[in-house]
Amino acid sequence: MGLIAISETPLHVLAVDDSNLDRKLIERLLKTFSYHVTAVDSGSKALEFLGLKDVEKMEKISPFSPNPEVEVNMVITDYCMPGMTGFELLKKIKESKSLKDIPVVIMSSDNIPARINRCLEEGAEEFFLKPVRLSDVGKLKPYLSKNERKTTEEEECVSSDNSRATYNDDHNDDDDDEVEASTDEDEQIQMLRKTIEEQCVLNDNSRAMHNDDHKDDDDEVEAWSDEDEQSQRFSKDQSC
Amino acid sequence: MAAVSQLQRQFIEYTSSLYNEGYLDDQFTQLQKLQDESNPDFVVEVVSLFFEDSEKLLNNLATALQQKIVDYKQVDSHVHQFKGSSSSIGAQRVTNVCVHFRNCCEEKNLDGCLRCLQQVKHEYILVRNKLEALFRLEQQILQAGGSIPMME
Repeated sequence: MGLIAISETPLHVLAVDDSNLDRKLIERLLKTFSYHVTAVDSGSKALEFLGLKDVEKMEKISPFSPNPEVEVNMVITDYCMPGMTGFELLKKIKESKSLKDIPVVIMSSDNIPARINRCLEEGAEEFFLKPVRLSDVGKLKPYLSKNERKTTEEEECVSSDNSRATYNDDHNDDDDDEVEASTDEDEQIQMLRKTIEEQCVLNDNSRAMHNDDHKDDDDEVEAWSDEDEQSQRFSKDQSC
Repeated sequence: MAAVSQLQRQFIEYTSSLYNEGYLDDQFTQLQKLQDESNPDFVVEVVSLFFEDSEKLLNNLATALQQKIVDYKQVDSHVHQFKGSSSSIGAQRVTNVCVHFRNCCEEKNLDGCLRCLQQVKHEYILVRNKLEALFRLEQQILQAGGSIPMME
């Protein structure tokens, strides 16, 4: 008939984790789903790989341009890393014109609701509690579609993406201060969360199951204020 | 052969005891599921990384707690890593001690921390010995021409 069969290039996932054990694990999990994987051990290496260099360095060397050789379909990153945290990496990706549409997933061994929400609000697609399982990686498929976003669930996500974007614009300069949210802001966050949960297909059930599996973790999903205090008192949430 | 089925039975009993006594949790099973013909040594490789990390972390912890002025943030950072790697392979008892250890760090409780260090070292050595014994048993089964039973 004259149709040429184009072989699908495997989807490319960039995995970021400072622990070599966890890198090996996430790589194996991703490869089970036939993704092509690049694993790096820091946020700065991730940005380098994505072609996003230091603004200062760039201005001295060359005008910014993403690495044309590399196409990354998703970034999955650990939250707690020395130097640049996963959250900071997420922010940099979402602030970049060329990279902001790459879906980002955060992994963390700490179950801190404020942290989870902060990441989701900054644009993370999913937040996985470690240890990450096959069932978690199975949830990534919808975010890795190379095709035009035409499905219903993605349409539903668009409006919450917009409200998420507005929220981000308004809260661009907030960092750790977010954790000390006033009641008004708390309400906004609650409403935004509700919007995202209602309109997007976020798998709260499996997250709850995951929480059950992690019942030996020191911080269960409890009252926000307790967790906020705990993470503030001991360390700013950015440094794990 | 009688020898193989005996070894296989031993393997099943030993593995079950490790789960029952809390040395290993479901995450270890998850690792075994990731092992296949194209990744035949996956579990051993991952566990070896855990052993390497643990030895380093135990040394770092001992050093950090010996300082005149203890930097509890630094200690906590090591324990956090230890908690992470142990939970990644399913070494449940080690992870549990790490949880307690982090609390002692937060309280800047030196005695508590020193006790936790002893405890975590003890639990680590126990699980290391158990895993090495398990791997040896696997080797024996394979060398006798048998296959490793799948644990459900």
